[in-house]
Amino acid sequence: MTAPVSFSAEQLAEVRRLQALYPDKRGALLPVLHMAQDTFGYISLEAEAYVAGLFEVSPAHIHEVVTFYTLYFQQPKGRHVVAVCHNLSCHLAGAQDILRHLETRLGIRRGETSEDGRVTLQAVECLCACEAAPMAQVNDRYELNLTPEKCDRILEALR
Amino acid sequence: MRNFDRPDSHTLTAYRNAGGYRAWTKAQTMEPAAIVDEVKKSNLRGLGGAGFPTGMKWSFIPKTHTGPVYLVVNADEGEPGTFKDRYLLERDPHALLEGMLITARAIRSALGFVYIRGEYVQPWRRFSAAVKEAYDAGLLGQGFDVVVHRGAGAYICGEETGLLSSLEGKKGWPKIKPPFPAIKGAFGQPTIVNNVETLCCVPPIVERGAAWFAGLGTKTQGGTRMYSVSGRVKSPGVYEAPVSITLRQLIERAGGVSGTGRLKAVVPGGGSAAILTADEIDVTMDVDGLKNAGTMVGSAGVIVMDESVSIPEALFVLARFYAHESCGQCTPCRESTGWIEKMVHRIVEGHGHKDDLDTILDVAKRGGGTTICAFYDGAIGPYISYIEKFRSEFETLCRG
Repeated sequence: MTAPVSFSAEQLAEVRRLQALYPDKRGALLPVLHMAQDTFGYISLEAEAYVAGLFEVSPAHIHEVVTFYTLYFQQPKGRHVVAVCHNLSCHLAGAQDILRHLETRLGIRRGETSEDGRVTLQAVECLCACEAAPMAQVNDRYELNLTPEKCDRILEALR
Repeated sequence: MRNFDRPDSHTLTAYRNAGGYRAWTKAQTMEPAAIVDEVKKSNLRGLGGAGFPTGMKWSFIPKTHTGPVYLVVNADEGEPGTFKDRYLLERDPHALLEGMLITARAIRSALGFVYIRGEYVQPWRRFSAAVKEAYDAGLLGQGFDVVVHRGAGAYICGEETGLLSSLEGKKGWPKIKPPFPAIKGAFGQPTIVNNVETLCCVPPIVERGAAWFAGLGTKTQGGTRMYSVSGRVKSPGVYEAPVSITLRQLIERAGGVSGTGRLKAVVPGGGSAAILTADEIDVTMDVDGLKNAGTMVGSAGVIVMDESVSIPEALFVLARFYAHESCGQCTPCRESTGWIEKMVHRIVEGHGHKDDLDTILDVAKRGGGTTICAFYDGAIGPYISYIEKFRSEFETLCRG
């Protein structure tokens, strides 16, 4: 980690705005951690220490929060994250076939990032779009009714 | 769902054109106690999972409390097989906001939080846009403010006290009750936590009356609700129906069984509900109907399995889910979910023994009620019911 971990003046103003929305400023911790991840790419120990300073709490508190939630990355992630649901309804609709197809196409296993840093592939729990199983979250978007061909088209578009 | 089929249903204009915010106008002429009373009489019960009577929950706010009261919306939908709140946030966000305004008046709250699961980025954007519209129109900011809060990925935050811990900026560990949130909730203040769909029912109750709503349902639960139907059915989707509908009728409404066309089993109320066999589906889909059938309606997520589905594999998928999502706070849950996942995995891989089935049943049956929240009780339902109702299928996979 070489780049310094800090927010811009505008971001710090946004942190203060978020903190003021809650009866206790600590309520803004999850939103600020989302900001930190969007800014720094992932939440390093340095980022945790920096956020701890903004909330005047121990870095240990930030660490236990970061490690508790699945959407915070503690390691650099790919430029795109493909998270395939493997819970019950998607399982019934062939989620494992979709996961294996993506693993083959990307040359990685679930939980890994492609060597070129393009895609992180995950198997995740229910994303609550079971009416369109099998499905995945690709970055911010839900991709529904997946087939191997549709997966290929989606990967194609991820640069 | 009055608005669902319109492409612009999420906008304030469309909502108003369909009669939206009339209930709020009416509620402003009502005393808070009268609103609580009306919702009590409507027999509205919580639609997130627990099925607790909504009006009664509201009445637990201490009458003598003079400090702040918070309204928290549980939009942390995550129960396997459930997707109705996603539809509501995306297609009818103003119904939720109107329900919040009325509820806030009833419980004398000036500040509401809407906790949306972190993965719901599009629903969060849609809902946030509706909040902005409501501020611009002067609906919000006149004695009631709304903060939209994004979660960060943790099933346990759908449990109401886990959600409050998370809202306070902590890991989502549930809290021991009592004190209940209505006495000591978010940031230490009296708090009402209601599910998205529950609050969306409030405007029609106020507008059309408790008797009308109660009359739609059964003796102990009023209204219609949104059933999420998925798995092996021809037309998976959200179906609104009176809570007196039977599971058989609901499956028929979703086009009937797909795959082999022959029904094997149904999960009637989200992943944590005990499974029903094909000859157990003539039950009404209300809280008490399914309770009497030994399972639960929970979040009304219906997952249909045809004859070709492997029940042991289905249980493995759920066991993996519970092991992954256990928050780790209570020993029985943390340890049992992990070990049971390993044991069920061993069985589906063909390395299990019949004794393992008895071990799982023994552990599961002794674990009920030993933990801070209902998560582990929810895991036990599938462990026991899948094995007891489909034991021979598990035994076929065992080595001896």
